[in-house]
Amino acid sequence: MTARKTTLTAAAFLLSGTALMAQDVTLTIESWRNDDISIWRNQIIPAFEAAHPGIKLDFQPTAPAQYNSALNSKLDAGTAGDIVTCRAFDASLALFQKGQLADLTDLDGMANYSDVAKSAWSTDDGSQQFCVPMASVIHGFIYNADAFNELGLEEPTTVDEFFAVLDAIAADGSYIPMAMGVNDQWEAATMGYANIGPNYWMGEQGRNALIAGDAKLTDAEFVAPFEQLARWSDYLGRGFESQSYPDSQNLFTLGRAAIYPSGSWEIAGFRSLADFEMGAFPPPVQNAGDTCYISDHTDMGMGLNAASPNAEAGRTFLNWLGSSEFATLFANAVPGFFPLSNAEVTLDDSLAQEFISWRGDCESSIRPFHQILSRGTPNLSNESWGTSANVIRGGQTPADAAAQMQAGLASWYAPQQ
Amino acid sequence: MSDRARKRPFRWHIVVFLAPAVLIYTAIMIIPLFGTLNLSLFTRAEDGSRIFVGLQNFQTLFGDRRWSDAFWNATGNNLWFFIIHMLVQNPIGIALAAILSTPKLRFAAFYRTAIFIPAILSFVIVGFVWKLILSPLWGVAPTFMDALGLGNWFAPWLGLEESALTTLALISVWQFVGIPMMLIYAALLSIPDEVLEAAEMDGITGASQFWKIKLPLILPTIGIISILTFVGNFNAFDLIYVTQGALAGPNFTTDILGSYLFRTFFGFQLQLGDPHMGATVATVMFAIILVGVSIYLFGVQTRLRRYQF
Amino acid sequence: MSNPITSARGNLGRTAAAHVILIAYTILALYPVFLILINSVKQRRAIFNDPLALPTAETFDPIGFQTVLEQGNFLLYFQNSMIVTVVSLFFVLLFGAMAAFALAEYRFRGNLLMGLYLALGIMIPIRLGTVAILEIMVAAGLVNTLTSLVLVYTAQGLPLAVFILQEFMRQVSDDLKNAARIDGLSEYRIFFTIALPLVRPAMATVAVFTMIPIWNDLWFPLILAPGEATKTLTLGSQIFLGQYVTDWNAVLAALSLAIFPVVVLYLIFSRQLIRGITKGAVK
Repeated sequence: MTARKTTLTAAAFLLSGTALMAQDVTLTIESWRNDDISIWRNQIIPAFEAAHPGIKLDFQPTAPAQYNSALNSKLDAGTAGDIVTCRAFDASLALFQKGQLADLTDLDGMANYSDVAKSAWSTDDGSQQFCVPMASVIHGFIYNADAFNELGLEEPTTVDEFFAVLDAIAADGSYIPMAMGVNDQWEAATMGYANIGPNYWMGEQGRNALIAGDAKLTDAEFVAPFEQLARWSDYLGRGFESQSYPDSQNLFTLGRAAIYPSGSWEIAGFRSLADFEMGAFPPPVQNAGDTCYISDHTDMGMGLNAASPNAEAGRTFLNWLGSSEFATLFANAVPGFFPLSNAEVTLDDSLAQEFISWRGDCESSIRPFHQILSRGTPNLSNESWGTSANVIRGGQTPADAAAQMQAGLASWYAPQQ
Repeated sequence: MSDRARKRPFRWHIVVFLAPAVLIYTAIMIIPLFGTLNLSLFTRAEDGSRIFVGLQNFQTLFGDRRWSDAFWNATGNNLWFFIIHMLVQNPIGIALAAILSTPKLRFAAFYRTAIFIPAILSFVIVGFVWKLILSPLWGVAPTFMDALGLGNWFAPWLGLEESALTTLALISVWQFVGIPMMLIYAALLSIPDEVLEAAEMDGITGASQFWKIKLPLILPTIGIISILTFVGNFNAFDLIYVTQGALAGPNFTTDILGSYLFRTFFGFQLQLGDPHMGATVATVMFAIILVGVSIYLFGVQTRLRRYQF
Repeated sequence: MSNPITSARGNLGRTAAAHVILIAYTILALYPVFLILINSVKQRRAIFNDPLALPTAETFDPIGFQTVLEQGNFLLYFQNSMIVTVVSLFFVLLFGAMAAFALAEYRFRGNLLMGLYLALGIMIPIRLGTVAILEIMVAAGLVNTLTSLVLVYTAQGLPLAVFILQEFMRQVSDDLKNAARIDGLSEYRIFFTIALPLVRPAMATVAVFTMIPIWNDLWFPLILAPGEATKTLTLGSQIFLGQYVTDWNAVLAALSLAIFPVVVLYLIFSRQLIRGITKGAVK
């Protein structure tokens, strides 16, 4: 069936008049990085095409919140692109198990990555790889440095200092203290809960305890981040309940908000939009001197659509992703996406340097629910979107939110039963 | 008519008239729909193969609180969505059509054309436009309300649990009010002048003419509109998807059957789609719509008289 | 009512009230569209700082349109949408009217059943059959062609067309048709020369209601024909909006470009529509 589908799709492509040059192969790339569209089209694609005549690239991103559904249905329909940008862990693993992503274990370029980097796109036993690791992102808070100078504020290091800073900005009144909305829900979970949480559950230690069934989501260390989120609502802009992610980005880059809870992936976009100085600080710890933990998430890989008629060209492209040429290009074109390959890379962007310097000071951890815990129904990761948004809106108490998630997880995950 | 009952050669023209429509309709719509109904009786095994499970998926949908709560929530929301359309969209549509059909009204063509324009815009446009207008950040709505002295009444309606669904229903009404208006308008125009002249002779004019003469005559059209609204509302999905996303926030208060089906069928983010449960939801939706339409067809339409002019 | 003067004044008052209501509603219907159009040619800061203001020499900035025209392929998308919509519409109207005529005009065994069978499609969204439709299209080699969309939209539009036209076909006077039969006209001629012209107002109505969901559909283009060469305008603008969501200049420009052709198309069409409706009434 799949083979027939492929040939038919290919034939349909030709019939429908997508006039291709005789030998030229065009690889279509599926991605959720719509913010990077101009970087791909103006920098990465020309560099690749110059080195590989005969292969053309077409970068076709979908909006982040729709990416997975759109990709899944396109893969089922046989209309997906040749190269697929992979979410970390289970979402991509499922695609591989359905036979929709090609096995890349024997790809030469795989030698350029550490096992840690590869773990996000390997089968549970680590024997097969299905996506080439591409980048990780680090969570934190970006702030308007001009606003901080104007108000005489310092980067906060503890939670108390953090709220003192927010109070000071609110008292001054010329800036919205924090730019965040809950309309799209995922910001609340990703840039809220997963951002500040590792300091409470001590990063990997807490995450692994959850997977092992030694900790529960109703334990204090998993409820505490919700309690902090509940306090945020006083500092968000008017009408944050219907504020979307792009709204928040615009609010911050237009200079109307002082702090933006987010991560390193915003750097490239913000550089082109904001006309003020920006700084960044890691999630504040509970008490001065505590070890800090950051969410340093293996975020993005690239795999090959198993049904792609251009597998050979696709592998060429994926191999190129492992080269130091790509790593340098990518790291500086999209500062804030830190390459995962072993290639030596120097970062030019000061904000990106700031983010990556935290790796030296703090312990790294990945997002809490991406590995194993989101395999069942209800899906823990999706639930955390709703509960985090509810807690910030005041629609649910931190304890209720934690209880709901724990009940959902326990309903299908044996170690938690 | 009686002559046609006599024995006569096979009437090929009936076949010719019916064949194209029936063939395309059967091949592209009915057979795939049966495919979906069939899917709901199966599930996917660990190894990826399809196994027959009978009505077990339906048992899960109605028996498992995680599925049933979401399902009844979506059904309830959908009902409210429909009620708002019936209470707001259709009366406004009828009123506008009645006003438009005033004899010798100037600029009638202009009004008619303008009021219908939102209906031709895609959900992508409508959803985006209203999101922008109601956005507290962009401030069109707040600025307006400040100008009217109602500044304090502004709220981020699309983001509040109490008001999000109603707001979306009203946006949908804004978009589609032109449709009942056009249908009623056409029906009003097709009332023969003799009937209205006779009414005027009897001194029935103005509003009472509308209530006593015109309204009864356009009842069949109102019936069709109601059923179209019902079917349209219970199939709605796009507007919710474009404005609130597949999670139908805040807290699923804007989740209707269409968005629930979409999430189940195609999955969302880390949640993988489940075609079998999706097909189950689709089958139940089909049943709901079938019941609603049957109530109309057998309970209402048979009582409406048909007029031949 | 007996006093002609009060009656005239009443009429005048009523007409004024009618205009006030209609003008108010027209503003409500058109203002959001107007808002998009004026902001699409303003600078980013001006869009946010004063959304209700008209663009001035200072705030004018066509950057959004530049982005859209450089990055999007809107002319091609528009052409695809036109082809799909017009061809589907033609088939829906022709086949729908033929079937409606057969059902309304002839008594034959299974007439009622056939009517119900065809009406079934009004109640079920064709989307529910997506998976199987896709399999059929793949097997027929029609994925990523406009033909697949035309087939689906024709099937989707037929039930409603048959349902509405049937009602109107029944209203066509029997005397006319029987007279034609006595004159020896074939059933086909009766359909094309007598029935069809008489149901024109209904045809115009059906045309508009069939056209709207086809033109605006996002679902099937996304699943059956997402290729660059076959993207429809709605899909093209949705993808574009997804890609440029933070760039409001581009977003507003893309929305304007998506609104403009439909409105023009509708304005051309609406003349026909209104003419059809009024002609049917005067008859």
